[in-house]
Amino acid sequence: MSAVIDHHHADHAHGPAKGLMRWVLTTNHKDIGSMYLWFSFIMFLAGGSMAMVIRAELFQPGLQLVQPEFFNQMTTTHGLIMVFGAVMPAFVGLANWMIPLMVGAPDMALPRMNNFSFWLLPMAFGLLLSTLFMEGGGPNFGWTFYAPLSTTYAPPSVTFFIFAIHLAGISSIMGAINIIATILNLRAPGMTLMKMPLFVWTWLITAFLLIAVMPVLAGVVTMMLMDIHFGTSFFNAAGGGDPVMFQHIFWFFGHPEVYIMILPAFGAVSQIIPTFSRKPLFGYTSMVYATAAIAFLSFIVWAHHMFTVGIPITGELFFMYATMLIAVPTGVKVFNWVSTMFRGALTFETPMLFAIAFVILFTIGGFSGLMLAIAPADFQYHDTYFVVAHFHYVLVPGAIFGIFASAYYWLPKWTGHMYDETLGKTHFWMSFIGMNLAFFPMHFVGLAGMPRRIPDYNIMFANFNMVSSIGAFMFGATQLLFLFIVIKCIKGGPKAAANPWEGAEGLEWTVPSPAPYHTFTTPPEVK
Amino acid sequence: MSEQQSNARLVKRLLLTVVAMFAFGFALVPLYDVMCDALGINGKTNDTAYQQESEYIDESRTLRVQFLATNAEGMSWSFGPEADELTLHPGETREMLFHASNPTDQPMVAQAIPSVAPSKAAAYFHKTECFCFTQQVLQPGESVLMPVRFIVDPALPKDVKHLTLAYTLFDVSDRMPEKLAISAPQSN
Repeated sequence: MSAVIDHHHADHAHGPAKGLMRWVLTTNHKDIGSMYLWFSFIMFLAGGSMAMVIRAELFQPGLQLVQPEFFNQMTTTHGLIMVFGAVMPAFVGLANWMIPLMVGAPDMALPRMNNFSFWLLPMAFGLLLSTLFMEGGGPNFGWTFYAPLSTTYAPPSVTFFIFAIHLAGISSIMGAINIIATILNLRAPGMTLMKMPLFVWTWLITAFLLIAVMPVLAGVVTMMLMDIHFGTSFFNAAGGGDPVMFQHIFWFFGHPEVYIMILPAFGAVSQIIPTFSRKPLFGYTSMVYATAAIAFLSFIVWAHHMFTVGIPITGELFFMYATMLIAVPTGVKVFNWVSTMFRGALTFETPMLFAIAFVILFTIGGFSGLMLAIAPADFQYHDTYFVVAHFHYVLVPGAIFGIFASAYYWLPKWTGHMYDETLGKTHFWMSFIGMNLAFFPMHFVGLAGMPRRIPDYNIMFANFNMVSSIGAFMFGATQLLFLFIVIKCIKGGPKAAANPWEGAEGLEWTVPSPAPYHTFTTPPEVK
Repeated sequence: MSEQQSNARLVKRLLLTVVAMFAFGFALVPLYDVMCDALGINGKTNDTAYQQESEYIDESRTLRVQFLATNAEGMSWSFGPEADELTLHPGETREMLFHASNPTDQPMVAQAIPSVAPSKAAAYFHKTECFCFTQQVLQPGESVLMPVRFIVDPALPKDVKHLTLAYTLFDVSDRMPEKLAISAPQSN
């Protein structure tokens, strides 16, 4: 058979299907990756709108716009949507698009399951958002849904919330299994584990975290369901249960969860910084081991979220030191990124700007995390805006900037066009300034004692809160610019070469831009 | 073909891990109780009668034990200790009476849940008899005096001089219909 006929045949039978059903039935990793990314962006805007409601209410002291009941629903759903609907699916989308391209696989290992795990998500979040319109309102107990607030005192819609979490959890578990199977079984010949790009490595470790802790989350919401509807007493003291146990089980899931949201960003930044420094990554092996060490430590630090519930002093000491230990592998990573840039031929395209901001601002978030890890000091910081400042510093310039950096870095590969560099840089600077304006003052009001999750505050916090709100509006509005940049890049723009970045390495840059619908049907040889 | 087989084997193992971790989530419940019992975490004290092992009384130390009584939300009984506090020596067996009365026109079942503060003292606070070991059934208008007998272990850390025993009283009538059914004929 001649090569020409073979090529023609492949084009004819394996192109994307036409119309809407392409997206419903697709098993192509690029289609599913795109759907994940679009879905997460829609959720990012939805969760962001809730943040805007929160900041608008907090613009001035006193109650202006919303009632406390609704404010509680906003803080709760903002957190849930951003964690489970925006950040996690965005990373799964990046994994879907890039991991097969990076390891030289033709597709994900389990394409049909891939389709199912995506389509569970719109169901889960449709269900979750619909609770806001139900009688009694949506979830109002904080994204951590502590019992008994989420059981005895929960609105009737809590059952739908539980099912939404179940669906999102099943989706994550299936996504994680798929990623592990792809990485372990579909690598191109010659691609040994220690030759894998760091994004693939961090995702492999993240996927193991997911299958270890998402079932525990499913377990804890199942216990809630049983307490609410079947008369059990897991968290009800009257029947011999214990509400504090909820917090232990929740944070056994919850702490690895925060690394699930940051490790893939570590991986993406470890791809981007070497590219724009035109140097190989400094300390590849130590990066891999540091990631694994962080993942291991994430299982033995959960009680630092609950220093104030009455843990014996030995427990407080153990969890305090274990938490501080995480700074060691994280420090290894930060030093490696800085060393990669040291004496590199740096250029500052948008992905690199986001990546550098990631390193600096994530480190600030890490330092406030160390402050919170000091058990005796935590009694002062607990449940104040200092905590809010801390986790937004690790999640916004951490996870979200990591996603933005990845999007700009790989957009040429996805669309075949270069994005508008000026607009990209504008997006970066507006996000950078807006984000710092919004979250930096929260450190100060937190240390001064402003409690989180309360719609009103003492007038002594008024100025800082107004600054926070202005920064938040700026950050929020800027994301519409990102939407515009992405659409503009899809519609047209300068043609992107197979490798549009001078210093980029890796298999994904050996295929044309845009990446054809099917890539690596014959595995590449990795030397 | 071998790729499909190795995928199937890997997926099977990963699914087993998922199921095991789901089970582990539930296993944390008894594990947590065991840890709380063993380490006295969380102010939890013994929920069955303590068998006294030694008669030793440490007269060199004097402790204050304060008593608190709280009604959980929706509980309408009047409930409280006969005295606010006792002064005692470690190793001594002492008793405190709590009164409870049901002011409603319904028979009700209540469960008291004890908690000791500071939590590190909980493991040294032994109840030889307590109304919290069982549920209380009170007919409309009925009152009762309920005893708790306890020993503070002489091994109590030296820096603890002051303990609080707090009870929260829960209405468990809905959970215990059989208790109401048994008690009903007696009142008529």
